Amino acid sequence: MNVVELDRATITIGGRDILVDTSFAIRRGEFIGVLGPNGAGKTTLMRAILGLLPPSAGTLRVFGRVPLRGDPNIGYLPQVRTVVSDLRVRGFDFVASSVHGDRWGLPLLTRADRAMIAKTLDAVGAGDLATRPLSEMSGGERQRLLLAQTLLGEPQLLLLDEPLISLDYRYQEAVIDLVRSFARERNITVLFSAHELNQLIGTLDRVLYLGNGRAALGTVDEVATAPVLSQLYGTDIQVVHADGHIFVLSRGRDVERADHAHDDGPGHGHHHGHHHA
Amino acid sequence: MRTTTAPGTVITTAITMLEYDFMRNAFAAAGVAAVVSGLVGYFLVLRGQTFAGHALSHIGFAGATGAVLIGLASVWGLVGMTVVAGIGMGILGERISGRDVAIGVVLSLALGFGLLFLHYYTAFATQATALLFGNVLAVDQKMIVTLAGLGVVTLGGLAAIMRPLIFASLQPELAEAKGVPLRFVSIAFLTIVALAVAESAQIVGILLVFALMVGPPATAQALTKGLWGGMLLSAALALAEAWAGIAIAYHTDWPVSFCIAILSALGYFLTRGSFLPRLVKRR
Repeated sequence: MNVVELDRATITIGGRDILVDTSFAIRRGEFIGVLGPNGAGKTTLMRAILGLLPPSAGTLRVFGRVPLRGDPNIGYLPQVRTVVSDLRVRGFDFVASSVHGDRWGLPLLTRADRAMIAKTLDAVGAGDLATRPLSEMSGGERQRLLLAQTLLGEPQLLLLDEPLISLDYRYQEAVIDLVRSFARERNITVLFSAHELNQLIGTLDRVLYLGNGRAALGTVDEVATAPVLSQLYGTDIQVVHADGHIFVLSRGRDVERADHAHDDGPGHGHHHGHHHA
Repeated sequence: MRTTTAPGTVITTAITMLEYDFMRNAFAAAGVAAVVSGLVGYFLVLRGQTFAGHALSHIGFAGATGAVLIGLASVWGLVGMTVVAGIGMGILGERISGRDVAIGVVLSLALGFGLLFLHYYTAFATQATALLFGNVLAVDQKMIVTLAGLGVVTLGGLAAIMRPLIFASLQPELAEAKGVPLRFVSIAFLTIVALAVAESAQIVGILLVFALMVGPPATAQALTKGLWGGMLLSAALALAEAWAGIAIAYHTDWPVSFCIAILSALGYFLTRGSFLPRLVKRR
């Protein structure tokens, strides 16, 4: 069964075409790495799958139907995560705010709700964060909490928008491992957007490259090639294989790394040191 | 002069204090307004919108004085103007956040209009002082009923939107994706804030609304990490500060609003200092 299916879909935001006349299908249980240059529409695609942005032409089907806003079968980790850093709210209350958060009335939780939250926090090793205030958590701990939150209520599809951004290398690996094992055990479909292909190579089933209004979905060997990526990036791309890693270069520069550095600012450049090892 | 030397004397003076009608009225009115302000203020601080509360109170001043000028009770001018402004700020939403200059200009314009309306009203000085700094000792039975009615509406509204409000405050991006109507929640909340500002202004005055709406919630958030605990402590602190403020004013003859403002600031700075939070954390 196809979990996400685009049939000649055109997705437009702010007068700009993100995807034009694009068709592809993502099967149940697949781990898909979503890559592409900044502004290629990784976030927009996820928002369309969430039902926040209907395609301007063609069809987009999620679980075989028109996407439903607020679908409890989808776990979502937004890229922009406004977390007030001095918020003295404990982890449990933070996560609990998303449980039935769209219903009116007082934020009362049933015993089953509480048990479900506690169980999910434990499953990702975030049980100890339940009683600690957000203001005292590290970036990695907050990310673990947010990941736990996307897994609440046993979703069938996870949309993780740049979950590795501004995380230490150590935590990046931990996040990937966590998502992989959780999703594999439960046959959950994952769309995992990232700036770099290499970290995900051992984990992903297929890769979805976006760029220039187009999309290419396939195995790494099929998609991460000079002709395909040149078209998506709209510039001459070389793909260099070295020691199990793949480098996407434009005129000798690593385009993925350049993107990432641009996003995070120069202070976070050290995250990528491991590639030189 | 009352000199309190023994515990018995304190209790006696407390009882004498409550023998006066105006004191009982003051405690009742301040109690209602404090609980409403403490609860609504908790979310105002949680959302980082304290400036909106400040803005609404200033805009309310023009409404209050305008109402007096045309022969209405000032409280209804205050309520009407703050609610309209609250809805307006909610509709503009993101577009006005961070536009300090524009808001500042609108605020002084509102205060200016308030002054103009007062200028044409004969009982200038008393009215102005009462509006700006509160006059809880002059509250009558009718005002208590009004405050209680407004309080029920305000807290009822807050209870109705509380779950999506918390979700939208803590995680706006996810809340939007999950189907929470952010714009509506924001408008509804600012309307509730407008009503709470109107309540609070009746007790401590327009200029000292922060004493009940921001001081107690900020203190409560420094001391708690659970949402329910924070909310309840915020309401309890506001109530305690309002009542203690009135009692201190009774004994010292200082203005009530000053006493409440002092207690509010004291609570805030004690918990913000490096000493007390560390002590609480260890416990």
